[in-house]
Amino acid sequence: MTIDASALQAVLLTIVTASTPLLLAALGELVTERAGVLNLGVEGMMVMGAVAGFAVALTTGNPYLGVVAAALAGAALAAPFGFLTLNLVANQVATGLALTLLGLGLSGLIGEAFVGQPGVRLAKLHIPGLSDLPFVGPLLFGQDLLVYLSIALAVAVWRFLFASRAGLVLRAVGDNHASAHALGYSVVRVRWAAVLFGGALAGLGGGYLSLAYTPQWIENMTAGRGWIALALVVFSSWRPGRLVIGAYLFGAVTILGFFVQGLGVGVPAQLLSALPYLVTVVALVAISRRRGRGDAAPACLGKSFVPDR
Amino acid sequence: MQNWSALTRRDAMKAALLGSVALAAGNTGAARAADKLKAAWVYVGPVGDFGYSYQHDQGRIAVEKALGDKVATTFVENVPEGPDAERAIERLARDGNQIIFTTSFGFMDPTLKVAKKFPKVKFCHATGYKRADNVSTYSARFYEGRYVIGQIAGKMTKSNVVGYIVSFPIPEVVSGINAFMLGAQSVNPNVKVKIVWVNSWYDPGKEADAAKVLIGQGADIMVQHTDSTAPLQVAQEKGILGFGQSSDMAKFAPKAQITAITDDWDGYYVDQVKEMLAGTWKSTDTWDGMAKGMVVLPPIVNVPDDVKAMAEKTIAGIKDGSIKPFGGKITKQDGSVVENLDDGAILSMNWYVKGIDDKLPG
Repeated sequence: MTIDASALQAVLLTIVTASTPLLLAALGELVTERAGVLNLGVEGMMVMGAVAGFAVALTTGNPYLGVVAAALAGAALAAPFGFLTLNLVANQVATGLALTLLGLGLSGLIGEAFVGQPGVRLAKLHIPGLSDLPFVGPLLFGQDLLVYLSIALAVAVWRFLFASRAGLVLRAVGDNHASAHALGYSVVRVRWAAVLFGGALAGLGGGYLSLAYTPQWIENMTAGRGWIALALVVFSSWRPGRLVIGAYLFGAVTILGFFVQGLGVGVPAQLLSALPYLVTVVALVAISRRRGRGDAAPACLGKSFVPDR
Repeated sequence: MQNWSALTRRDAMKAALLGSVALAAGNTGAARAADKLKAAWVYVGPVGDFGYSYQHDQGRIAVEKALGDKVATTFVENVPEGPDAERAIERLARDGNQIIFTTSFGFMDPTLKVAKKFPKVKFCHATGYKRADNVSTYSARFYEGRYVIGQIAGKMTKSNVVGYIVSFPIPEVVSGINAFMLGAQSVNPNVKVKIVWVNSWYDPGKEADAAKVLIGQGADIMVQHTDSTAPLQVAQEKGILGFGQSSDMAKFAPKAQITAITDDWDGYYVDQVKEMLAGTWKSTDTWDGMAKGMVVLPPIVNVPDDVKAMAEKTIAGIKDGSIKPFGGKITKQDGSVVENLDDGAILSMNWYVKGIDDKLPG
């Protein structure tokens, strides 16, 4: 079998687009969970981002406004979750699941008028000279804005969590909310910020689907990616660096599965479609075991906080 | 303060399942008028998919239009295949629906199970093969359309590589691949088909990924047996041609779609409901194709006139019975030869014809 450069390039480009929405949504959830809040509504927030991004981009003709709208819509759907779980101390698991159902239903309703409309595509960057380089040009310098943003956000989240005072406070709230409260930090306020950030990033991930991945709106177009993002957070042991590896690994194995099928070498298709899950889980668990210590879940993950005085 | 983290992941899964079923069932309470015949439809995707489920829902709407206030229809969309479907179907039966159409292959066993519990309710299951006194089956000869698009693809491909995105290795899909290949080989012996299974009927992202990878591997015609419009949109973006699936997808990819294989269930649904009203409904096995208008190809565009004329001639031949996609001698992938396949052989097809590189999963 022969694999020429253009086929390889198509594969690599597709891997980037397949991984970016997962990375964006998972990064947001990682910050939320680091603050001790388990929001299972990622799928719902993603799909709201997808419909809002598409609708705004189409009506204004500006995909960048669509990106902003996607983030806002994700955060807007996260807001009732924040109110219910943080202020009214509702069960996070149940509320998160309800959020997914709400998001899927609401997006279908909002999006009804937009089904079947040709979308506005987020432009790929073009840096004269660099983007024209053979092979690596389109790959490294010719992606759309959100791809670069997702990587930049991963670095920023990592710096924030482990090298800033605010990040330390956020982690303290997630690991021991009683102590953080005793030290005078507002647990509820920190968690509110984390929940909204998580919503905004999930919205961006959804917006990536409807603005860059497949520029169109169809109901339920996230097709379970929110759940994969949730799993990635757990298997990356709440570490941004490993999350990037996990998201790209998942995307890469998915796309390579299609590639191998296209070659017609007779590997069972069912095995290939199960591989992304297997490989990602095994790889991330292996990394976590090797590094050991201190990688467990935030101690207060999923626990409600009621100030006792 | 209660410790909510004690909830296990399994509880969460259960809650999610219950939630989705409750939500799905919530759509069904529409009409409750007495003496109207109550008919219900179960869809695997959203009615807004502009593909398979959309086309079934057009049939439901046709029933409402044709029979007016004699009938009250409801539908449940996005019902997952497998055991979960049973709850959705049973709920419809309990709600007093007298005839229930379950429109996806994976609803087969759930339909049979519910039918046993509700012997007075009539069921019609699409694309399956198990029947009972109160369960009919119906399907369309999709493969007839696939033979035609195979011929068009065979004429139109320059790289002699066709990308073919498929969902699950069920007979309907396999016979579609074979009919496509036989059609293509009838006009172009050098054509190759690259097959990618995405293991989903409806995942725009995955379908688009598969399309991009196939085009990267040299495919210049895109064929799909999945329900979203994404592969065709990728085809348009990359400047190649393709075919729509289940419904006319021209408005999503006007420059890429040559034609589509569309299902027209209107006639079948209206007939079934009419027979219910007349009290003459019987369990039947319906398998119609182009001749009865159950499989329809929208006008052929984006190809030269001679290719269009050839395709139209083939369509006419299939309609009058002079062309049978699975007639004559057919060489299987393993080299053995079969002849003039009957319906049973087509409905249970689990082998590839010669010339296909893929290995059939399962």
